[in-house]
Amino acid sequence: MTGRPADGPPGGAGAPAAPSAPAGARDGLALWRRMLLVRRFEETCAELYAAGRIRGFLHLYVGEEAVAAGAMAALGPEDAVVATYREHAHALCRGMPAWSLMAEMLGMAEGCSRGRGGSMHLFDPSRRFYGGNAIVAAGLPTAVGVALADRMRGRRAVTACFFGDGAVAEGAWHESLNLAALWRLPVLFLCENNRYAMGTEITRALAEPRVARLAARYGMPAEAVDGMDVEAVADAAGAAAARVRDGAGPALLELETYRFRAHSMYDAERYRSKAEVARWRRRDPLTVQGDRLRAAGALDDDAAAEAERRVAEEIAAAVAIASAGTPEPVEDLLRFVHAEEAL
Amino acid sequence: MSAAAPATYREAVREAIREALRRDDRVFLMGEDVGRYGGSYAVSAGLLEEFGEERVRDTPLSELTFVGAGIGAALAGMRPIVEVMTINFSLLALDQVVNTAAAMRHMSGGRLGVPLVIRMATGGGRQVAAQHSHSLEAWYAHVPGLRVLAPATIEDARGMLWPALADPDPVVIVEHAGLYNLRGELPPGPAPVDIASAAVRRPGRDVTLVAHGGTVAVAAEAAGRLAAEGVEAEVLDLRVLRPLDRPAILASARRTRRVVVVDEGWRTCGLSAEVAAHVAEEAFYELEAPVARVCGAEVPMPYAGHLERAAMPQADDVVAAVRGLVGGA
Repeated sequence: MTGRPADGPPGGAGAPAAPSAPAGARDGLALWRRMLLVRRFEETCAELYAAGRIRGFLHLYVGEEAVAAGAMAALGPEDAVVATYREHAHALCRGMPAWSLMAEMLGMAEGCSRGRGGSMHLFDPSRRFYGGNAIVAAGLPTAVGVALADRMRGRRAVTACFFGDGAVAEGAWHESLNLAALWRLPVLFLCENNRYAMGTEITRALAEPRVARLAARYGMPAEAVDGMDVEAVADAAGAAAARVRDGAGPALLELETYRFRAHSMYDAERYRSKAEVARWRRRDPLTVQGDRLRAAGALDDDAAAEAERRVAEEIAAAVAIASAGTPEPVEDLLRFVHAEEAL
Repeated sequence: MSAAAPATYREAVREAIREALRRDDRVFLMGEDVGRYGGSYAVSAGLLEEFGEERVRDTPLSELTFVGAGIGAALAGMRPIVEVMTINFSLLALDQVVNTAAAMRHMSGGRLGVPLVIRMATGGGRQVAAQHSHSLEAWYAHVPGLRVLAPATIEDARGMLWPALADPDPVVIVEHAGLYNLRGELPPGPAPVDIASAAVRRPGRDVTLVAHGGTVAVAAEAAGRLAAEGVEAEVLDLRVLRPLDRPAILASARRTRRVVVVDEGWRTCGLSAEVAAHVAEEAFYELEAPVARVCGAEVPMPYAGHLERAAMPQADDVVAAVRGLVGGA
C-alpha cells in the first residue's frame, strides 16, 4: 500500500480544519468564505509560480469561483465529482485540504498525487473526487461511468461533471450527453462557460453557442444560469441535483462566467481586450456576494477582515507544510504504474 | 462441465464471460451489439437472455465514451468488460485508454486504479480490407500502465478473462478474429491461467519462433514442416504483450541460439522490433545468427485475397526465414 497519511497534515502542523469542510447546507456567508479561500489560494499559487516554485501549466480559476463554490454546495459526501485541469477550486470546495493541493503543486510526496499529478491532476477517492483531467471533455465519459456504477450498485448519488465551453466542441461531449440521457443516468453536467476555449471565443468555436440549448436536444433539462452569482448557482444546482438524485436522468447547467486571468501562466492574452475583462470584473463573484451579505447585515468590515485573516492563515499553513514536504525519492520513480499488490 | 469438451475459441471466450457474470455481480459486459445482435463475432450470443439488459449492455457507436464509461464504472467499484468490435475502431477510444485508464494510477500517486477489461478483435484474413484488419496491439503494448493479453489457444481464451478481471489495473485483451472458429478442448470449469508468462507451445533446439495470437498457428505450421527437414523449431507464444515475459524470450533464445519473430503487425517500430532488440541487447554473443523477422507487409491491409495473404505472415515465409538462419541445415 501507499502508506500515505490519510488527511492530517504531515507532522501535525496546524492547518485549521474548519474552512476546509464542505460548505454543505446553503449559507451565503459560507459560500462567500469558500470563494475567498479559492481566490486567495490561487493568488498565492500565482506568486509561487512567478517565484519559480510551481512549474508546468497553472490554470487559475479567478473570476469563476461562484461556479465551483455554488455547485459543490449542492452535493453530499455520497456524490461524486469529475473535474477538469482548472480544478483547484473544485478540489478545495470539495473539502480537500489546501496543504495537500499546495504540496502537489510543489511536487512533494505529501501532495494529493505524490507529485505525479501537479496542478492539473488532483484526486481524492475518499471524497469521491475523480480528478483532474487535462484532456478537454475526457472527463465526461468517466462521469457517465461513475453514474452508471452508482446506479447499478443501488447508490442514491449524483455525479457532478465540470467542463468548460471548449469541451462542447469535442465528440466526447456529445457522445456522453447522448449516453447519459439514453440510459437516464444520474449525471449533473456543469458547463463552466467562460466564453473562451483557451484563446478561441465561443462564437468562433460553436455553431450553436448556447450550450443549454444544445443539451436540451439530447433530452435533458438544461438551463443557463448567472455564473457570477454564487447563490444563483447554488439554487440552480441544488434543484437540478435533487431531480437527478431522484432518478429523473441527467441535467445540465450552463454557468455563464468569466476568467479574469489568462488561460494559463504562459498566455499573453492577445485574443481579448482589457476593456472586456474590466467589464466582467465589475461582476466579480466575491463582490456580488459580499455586497449582498453586507446589504443583508450578514457581513461587515470586521467580519470580512476576520475571514481574510483566517483564510490567510490556512494558506500560509498550506505553503509551510508544502515547503517542508519531502520530495518523492527518485528510486520510487517507477512506482504507481500498477497497483503495488498487483500480479 | 466435468470433462474437457470440444469447443471453439468463440465458445471459450463466451464461457469465460458467462462464468465471470455468474461469479461476481460487479461484472458486466458493454459494447456495440453485444446484446440483441449477440456480438459482431457472435461471442456474446445468448448472454443477454441469460443475464438481462442491465449486465449485457448494448451501447451506441461511441467507442470513446463507452470505453470511458467503463473507466468511470471501474473507478466507482464495478468490474466492466468492454468489448470494442475491432482494434481498428478502438482508435476512437485510444484517448481514454492511454490518457486516462493507463495513466490514472500513476497520475494520482497510487490513489486511484482502473480495474477495467477491454476486449477487441484484431488481425486480418477475412478480406475485410484496411479498416477492419489491422494488428495494432503493439500500440497498446507500448503504454505503461496497461497489461495486454493475446490468447492464442482455447485454454487461454477461456482462462485469461478471470485473472484479467481480478487485476486492479486496466487489461486489454486482443483476440485474433481468425481464431474464433478454432476448435479444441474447452477445459472443465473455471481454470484461470497465468497472465504473466509466455508459453512454449512446441519445444525445439535449433531455432525459436516467437509468435503471439494469430501467428502462433503460423509458427506451429512452419515448425511442423521444418521438423520434416530435420530442423527442430521451438514455438514461443508470448501470450502477454505487456509486460513482456523477457526471461522466457531470453531463455529460449539462449537454448536455440537462433530467433525468428513472427508478427502480423507492421515491422517498423512494432512488437517484433522490441523482441529482436531485446534479444540483441541481452544475448548477442550467444546467438549463431542475427535475429530475423517475418511481419505484416508495410501496407494498409488490401482487400483482394491473394494480396491479403501476401501481406500476412505465412508458414512459407517463416520456413524461408529459418532456412536463412540455419544455413540450409
